[in-house]
Amino acid sequence: MTIGLGHYLSVAAILFTLGIFGIFINRKNVIVILMSIELILLAVNINLVAFSTHLGDIVGQVFAMLVLTVAAAEAAIGLAILVVYFRNRGSIAVEDINLMKG
Amino acid sequence: MNQQLPSLYPVLPEIVLACGAMALLMLGAYRKRSTSLVDLGAVALLILAAFVVLWLPGGTLTTFGGSFVLDDFARLLKVLAFVASAAAIVMSLSYDPVERQQRFEYSILIVLSAVGMGMLISAADLIALYVGLELMSLALYVVAAFSRDDVRSSEAGLKYFVLGALSSGMLLYGCSLIYGFTGTVSFAGIAKATQAGAGIGLIFGLVFLFAGLCFKVSAVPFHMWTPDVYEGAPTPVTAFFAAAPKVAGIAIFVRVAITAFPGIVPQWQQILVFVSIASMTLGAFAAIGQRNIKRLMAYSSIGHMGFALIGLAAGSATGVQGVLIYMSIYLAMTLGTFACILSMRRAEGPVEQISDLSGLARTNPAMAFFLALLLFSLAGIPPLAGFFAKYYVFLAAMQSGLFTLAVLGVLASVVGAYYYLLIVKIMYFDEPAPNFQPMPAELKFVLGVTGLFNLLFFVYPAPLLQAASTAAKSLF
Repeated sequence: MTIGLGHYLSVAAILFTLGIFGIFINRKNVIVILMSIELILLAVNINLVAFSTHLGDIVGQVFAMLVLTVAAAEAAIGLAILVVYFRNRGSIAVEDINLMKG
Repeated sequence: MNQQLPSLYPVLPEIVLACGAMALLMLGAYRKRSTSLVDLGAVALLILAAFVVLWLPGGTLTTFGGSFVLDDFARLLKVLAFVASAAAIVMSLSYDPVERQQRFEYSILIVLSAVGMGMLISAADLIALYVGLELMSLALYVVAAFSRDDVRSSEAGLKYFVLGALSSGMLLYGCSLIYGFTGTVSFAGIAKATQAGAGIGLIFGLVFLFAGLCFKVSAVPFHMWTPDVYEGAPTPVTAFFAAAPKVAGIAIFVRVAITAFPGIVPQWQQILVFVSIASMTLGAFAAIGQRNIKRLMAYSSIGHMGFALIGLAAGSATGVQGVLIYMSIYLAMTLGTFACILSMRRAEGPVEQISDLSGLARTNPAMAFFLALLLFSLAGIPPLAGFFAKYYVFLAAMQSGLFTLAVLGVLASVVGAYYYLLIVKIMYFDEPAPNFQPMPAELKFVLGVTGLFNLLFFVYPAPLLQAASTAAKSLF
């Protein structure tokens, strides 16, 4: 069996779904949410690179590089905000993020 | 390699802002007590960038291989976004001076997010869209959590970050599907590929992309973050969030829908009709029970985004013109209202309950008059500017045959009028609460300008209508 575009897209779709569920079902810890976000971005990158090879077009890989860079910046800012939050609240459990209803 | 350097003229406003922000950062880092200097510099930079936008030669300029475009649409919206960002800095000057003195980064972050807005408004392919969006959002996450020692502010920042990152993820997944099924990332190329209709994969991509954009403009069903972030963030930050980023978000929403997917209008029209009905309804009903005025403004802004999206759902040049008029007037109304909210301050600190406004007409008649004026305008009562904003989007919806949408819009604005008028009633007929401290001069200035704009718009509306019409035509 050869591995084609469909297989890559399925893997990416599964990773993406896992990421989304990881954010919404997770009740424990904000770090897990950050990991889920990385999972989503990874799924996108698999998609982009698979499409890029399939189409014989380099743009998708350029896009994937940009996504990687921006994801790093995003994770840095996310962790910084998390540290500030932890200093104020003394906890990073998801169920404690409830000062404002919503 | 005989590649030429791309023309940098069309990006000049963003270059000015980016280099200026770096210079201000150096100034702030190496000179003690330079906060007020940095604030002044940031306002000057934003105004300068707005002038550069107007000074650049007319017509449609593109650069970076067609991924960055400066047309009349981008010009109008960039001027609006830069001016709104400058106003947000001006309005923050008097807020908690003790704390602000040590944090010069605030205005620099706003300038940096303005760079992102400029990039976003001008984006003509999916990569530029993503980069612009992240450039804007990353700065916004930080300003939301700007009061480092306040647990509510850091919670607001954390919530905004998590949901924002999720929405960028969905947007990106959509971008990857669109790229895969059209083979290109440029909006023009996508438009060509979707001329004859679109397959299921592309529609999936479109839905994910729109979900991400809905989040950025806080439209239902991706509005959950708005009330919490508005309430938790420091009030000047909330004023900023309600104004400039909304303009940039709506701008890219319009540009994507109109320039990249003109071939499949019926498909995205359905989505937008649903989103705008849901936003208007939720904005109208959920605001009724609110006691905190910042939370109320959050629901109000959700509702207003619903109204603005009506114009886009119409999918015509008149519709886009309506959206542009709506956003300009929305900016004036919101900034004015937040100038009032920022001056709700007593000796013990800022207050933000609606009951604190009671009897304002007796303790501070001028502020009560202007706030009432702005609230009437937000409710859309003629002859104030807010009425015309709604009028033009409803007109466009009627012309495109979206009668249900227009009727529901009118009904939602009637329900919405209830809570705006309730505040007016509290200000004019209830027993006075203790006095507020006198209003700082810069807030008076912002309130005066926006109030007069709302009051006198109907006397001479031609310049805005003309500018919006030229801008809308440049997309078609």
